[in-house]
Amino acid sequence: MPAPDETVPDPATVRADRTVLDARDISRALTRISHELLERNKGATDLVLLGLHTRGVPLAKRIAEKIAAVEGAPVAVGELDVTMYRDDLRSQPTRRAHKTALPPGGIDEKVVVLVDDVLFSGRTIRAALDALADLGRPGAVRLAVLVDRGHRELPIRADHVGKNLPSALAERVSVRLAEVDGTDEVTIS
Amino acid sequence: MKHLLSIDDLTTDDIHELFETAADMHDVQGREVKKLPALRGRTVVNMFFEDSTRTRSSFEIAGKWLSADVINVSAKGSSTSKGESLRDTVLTVCAMGVDGLVIRHPASGAALQVSQWVDAAVVNAGDGMHEHPTQALLDAYTLQRHLGSLEGRHVAIVGDLTHSRVFRSNIQCLTRLGARVTVVAPPTLMPSGIGAWSAAAGFETSYDLDEVLRGAGAHGAADAVMMLRVQRERMSGAFFPSPREYTVGYGLTRDRLALLKPDVPICHPGPMNRGLEIAADAADAAQSVVLEQVSSGLAIRMAVLYHLLAGDTRGGMA
Repeated sequence: MPAPDETVPDPATVRADRTVLDARDISRALTRISHELLERNKGATDLVLLGLHTRGVPLAKRIAEKIAAVEGAPVAVGELDVTMYRDDLRSQPTRRAHKTALPPGGIDEKVVVLVDDVLFSGRTIRAALDALADLGRPGAVRLAVLVDRGHRELPIRADHVGKNLPSALAERVSVRLAEVDGTDEVTIS
Repeated sequence: MKHLLSIDDLTTDDIHELFETAADMHDVQGREVKKLPALRGRTVVNMFFEDSTRTRSSFEIAGKWLSADVINVSAKGSSTSKGESLRDTVLTVCAMGVDGLVIRHPASGAALQVSQWVDAAVVNAGDGMHEHPTQALLDAYTLQRHLGSLEGRHVAIVGDLTHSRVFRSNIQCLTRLGARVTVVAPPTLMPSGIGAWSAAAGFETSYDLDEVLRGAGAHGAADAVMMLRVQRERMSGAFFPSPREYTVGYGLTRDRLALLKPDVPICHPGPMNRGLEIAADAADAAQSVVLEQVSSGLAIRMAVLYHLLAGDTRGGMA
C-alpha cells in the first residue's frame, strides 16, 4: 500500500495555480494582437506602444518586435509609470515610482497603444489616461491587454485582448513574464 | 519616515530609494507640463526664519510640481516680528490644516523641536549649525550622477566647517554611501572635538588644501571637491585675519583649479562668495556642477515631499 502522502494530495497543491496560458499561448496571443493593431491602424506609421509598469513594459517590447518583423521597420515603443496618478495613492504607504520614457518622437498626434498585462478594475488605465494628458495629446489612445479578467469598476474596455478570462473576484490571476519573473505563464488560483 | 530632520533619520536603503525617485522626478523638469498629481489636496508650508533663495524656491517649486498647495511664511512680515514665539507661530499655521512643514531656523535643533509640537510632516531645511539634510542628499545625488557609485570615491570638503550644517549633513550622507571624505579648514574654522568625531566616523582632516588637492593627503587624489561658503553672518569673532588671507590658504583659486583633473566635479551649495572661497575661474569652469546642484535639489526635494506626503501618512516609507 502506498504511503498516504503519495495518494492524498496536499491541500495546498489542489488549490495551487492552474495554468491558463503557457509560453506558446502567450506568444500566439501577442502575435494576434500585433496583427490586429496593424490591421486596425493600417500599418505601423504613427503607432506608439506604451507599456505600463511593471509587466506591460516587456509586453509592449514583444509586440513591437513582432510588428517590426511583419512590417520590416521599427515601431516606437516606450514605458509609462502611473504611480503618481493612482486614485489609491493616499490609502497606502508611499509606493515606489518608476521611470516614464517616451520614444523620441513623443506622443502628440500619434496613435498610442497602452499595453498592460491584466485588465481588472480599470483604475490603472484611468490613471494612465490622466498621465498621458500631462505628456501630450495623442491622436487616439487604444488599449491592449494580455488578459481581461472582468470586474470593471470604471467605464473602460480593451481594444485588443489576448485572452478573456472570466474569474471570481476572490481568484488571483498572475502573469509571469520571462523578462521579469524568468518564465512565461498566466495562472489563476 | 515621518519627518526628515537629519540624515540620521534615513537608512542607506532610504537614501538610494530617494535617489531613484529623484531620477524619475528629474525627467519631469524636461516636460512641457511640469505637473504630477501625487500631492493634490496636500498643503505644504515653507517657514523660513532665515534668508534663502534656492532652498525656499526649490521647495516651493517641488511642492507645486507635485500639485500641493504651497504657502511661504518668512520671519520678516510674519507675527514673529511682533514677538510671537516659534511654538505659537508653528501651532497657528498648523491649525489651518497643514500636511507638511518645511522649516529653516537659525537655532540648531529647531526642526526637531517643531516636529514634537505638530502632526504635520516636518522637513528640516537647515537648522542653525546642525543639519541641512536635503542639501546633503542633493550633493550626493549630483556626485553620484557624475561618478557613478560613491563607494570608495574620495570627496574633499573645504571651508568654514565650524558654521556649516551642510558639512555636518554631508559627512553622514557621504560616509553612509561609502565615500572617503577629507575635510579641509583653517584651524580656527575646524570644529572643536572633530578629532574624536573623525576617528569614529572614519574621515580625514587636514589644514593643507594644496596637499589634499595634489593628492598627497591620506586619501590620495580627490574625485570631487565641495567648497563651502564662508558664513560671515554666523561669525562673531575673527576667524581669519583678512579675506585675502583666507583665499590664499583655502580658496579654490585658478592655480588650485589647475591641480584638479578636468573631470573632477566642483560643488558649492551656494550662495557663492566669488573671489573669497571660490574664484570665478573655478565657479564657471566646465567641471563646476553648481547649477546642476540646483536642478538636482529640485528633484531631491520632490522625492522627499513625495515620500513624506503622498502615501498614507500614518505608514512609513515603502
